[in-house]
Amino acid sequence: MNQTEQNTHAPVGVAPILQARNLVKRYGHVVAIDHAEFELYPGEILAVIGDNGAGKSSMIKALTGALRPDAGEILLEGRRVEFDSPLAARAAGIETVYQNLALSPALSIADNIFLGRERRSEGFLGKYFRKLDRDYMRKEARKHLNALGLLTIQNIDQPVETLSGGQRQGVAIARAVAFGSRVVIMDEPTAALGVKESRKVLDLILDVKRRGLPIVLISHNMPHVFEIADRIHIHRLGRRACVIRPQDYSMSDAVAIMTGAKEAPVH
Amino acid sequence: MASTSQQAHVSFDEERRTPLKRFQQFLHANPTTIPFIVLALSIALFSAIVGGRFFHPFNLSLVLQQVTIIAILGTAQTLIILTAGIDLSVGAIMVLSSVVMGRLAVLAGLPVPLAFMLGLLVGVACGLLNGFLVARLKLPPFIVTLGTWSIFGALNLWYSASQTIRQQEVAEAAPFLQFTGTAFNFLGARITLGSILMLIIAAFIWYLLNRTAFGRHVHATGDDPEAAKLAGINVTGTLIAVYTLAGFICSVAAWALIGRIGAISSISGATANLDSITAVVIGGTSLFGGRGSIIGTLVGALIVGVFRNGLALAGADSLWQEFAIGLLIIVAVAIDQWIRKVSA
Ligand SMILES: Nc1ncnc2c1ncn2[C@@H]1O[C@H](COP(=O)(O)OP(=O)(O)OP(=O)(O)O)[C@@H](O)[C@H]1O
Ligand SMILES: [Mg+2]
Repeated sequence: MNQTEQNTHAPVGVAPILQARNLVKRYGHVVAIDHAEFELYPGEILAVIGDNGAGKSSMIKALTGALRPDAGEILLEGRRVEFDSPLAARAAGIETVYQNLALSPALSIADNIFLGRERRSEGFLGKYFRKLDRDYMRKEARKHLNALGLLTIQNIDQPVETLSGGQRQGVAIARAVAFGSRVVIMDEPTAALGVKESRKVLDLILDVKRRGLPIVLISHNMPHVFEIADRIHIHRLGRRACVIRPQDYSMSDAVAIMTGAKEAPVH
Repeated sequence: MASTSQQAHVSFDEERRTPLKRFQQFLHANPTTIPFIVLALSIALFSAIVGGRFFHPFNLSLVLQQVTIIAILGTAQTLIILTAGIDLSVGAIMVLSSVVMGRLAVLAGLPVPLAFMLGLLVGVACGLLNGFLVARLKLPPFIVTLGTWSIFGALNLWYSASQTIRQQEVAEAAPFLQFTGTAFNFLGARITLGSILMLIIAAFIWYLLNRTAFGRHVHATGDDPEAAKLAGINVTGTLIAVYTLAGFICSVAAWALIGRIGAISSISGATANLDSITAVVIGGTSLFGGRGSIIGTLVGALIVGVFRNGLALAGADSLWQEFAIGLLIIVAVAIDQWIRKVSA
């Protein structure tokens, strides 16, 4: 079965904003990504679902420069790109909330939000002594967290290690949403969140979509996925099994395809 | 309803915390309090043992001069330990740099500024080598610097031919190298320019760590390198920069060393390694990386100086100084370990 012949419910006449072809990544004998295809279209919410170990996070890491694929190509707005580090992907406007959050526990919330893109003071000290504009970064960090509305954080200088799991996730999400300019990718952003907080993250994702940014949402939570996704990419054994639309299938069908109990549809 | 029961639960937790547990939590949030407590205790201890002699301005000047070298190497060591590394070669780099400066200026007759610069360059090169081995080849810092300690030490013995350049010779040919030994009076105590140099270096590194992006990256690299990489930090570059900068600071310490002892000897500074690591760890910088402070290191260096000086004043054999420093570092690491457990 040739993957490219599948119906992926792509919008007609629109080119993908982010695309991967024939990605491969091996860890010794383990094939984490096995000739995977991926397309994300402008303005959509694409959910990626799959069993534990299916290779979802690996694919996301390959797309965002955190991992170098052994083979295959990645295209951003139709142009071939090779991100040699997460920094390169970020510079291209792709922001990611990684599954392990990628926060520095001992650094403050504000420091974490601006980690790797710190802002220097204006004027002499900033220019010649590389002094950071800490007030600005604090103020902005607070603004982003408030916009998220999911944190009751008193102190923006608090080390991240003193936050609860859900609050940490909030910081990572705030960071991605604040800086994403082309694509926002979230690997299980609601995994550590309660019902109320998850709701806020879903609303936030819809908000980001309204701003015109496409989002990739990896999740094991089927109700969430079926509620907000435009298309659902089902990942199985290191590759894309198929892409479905939530209105065409039930959650149990999706899970059955995911686990291999049901044949992936060929339209 | 739900929130009241939750609050009740929280206060219940609060009550069950023992004072020791609370102290542990306090230290976790304020790690720099430890060195201040230990410093106060050690001053109290030695003033009880040796009496007023300890507080004599002359003696305090002596402590300060001893502390100068430990503190300069300690700032270099702090940078490294913040990245969850360790540098066992700081003392060897310092001595090698001082020998290069001295032999080139005094025996080879090179212009003193050139000899001085070449000495600094040797420190930078040594640090760069450590950084390359740790960051690029991904070898464990402990083993790398254990090896380079030995290598730099051997180079030093070979290059110096185990000769000492006497104080008089240095004073005649290259007085600039002894410049850091220049002393002035301050409130009855004799302060050397070397101590001022130490303060300048410490202030510079403090600024770098706390007020620049590079400092954030150093902390993040030591805290969780994987997370730092995903957050877009150039971890390899940061590590190389840290080891190189540390090498440079060690070569500046060489200047302070020459000022302190006047002569240039390949066997000076033998205790510098352990002293600097002890100062950093007792100063509240975690061997696990990511947390620490320069101010803590300065206080830690004072503690080491007070111990060495106090024991000497008390008439104890110098072997007991080594014994005490050894004990001190183990206790410091144990405390660090204990504080780290707080979140678990
Ligand atoms: N650094 C690594 N070294 C070796 N094997 C790895 C590594 N990272 C991932 N793998 C393997 O690759 C496969 C895919 O892992 P990946 O984390 O991408 O799965 P996932 O779909 O994100 O799973 P989950 O839903 O549990 O997050 C697994 O078999 C995993 O063990
Ligand atoms: Mg995953």
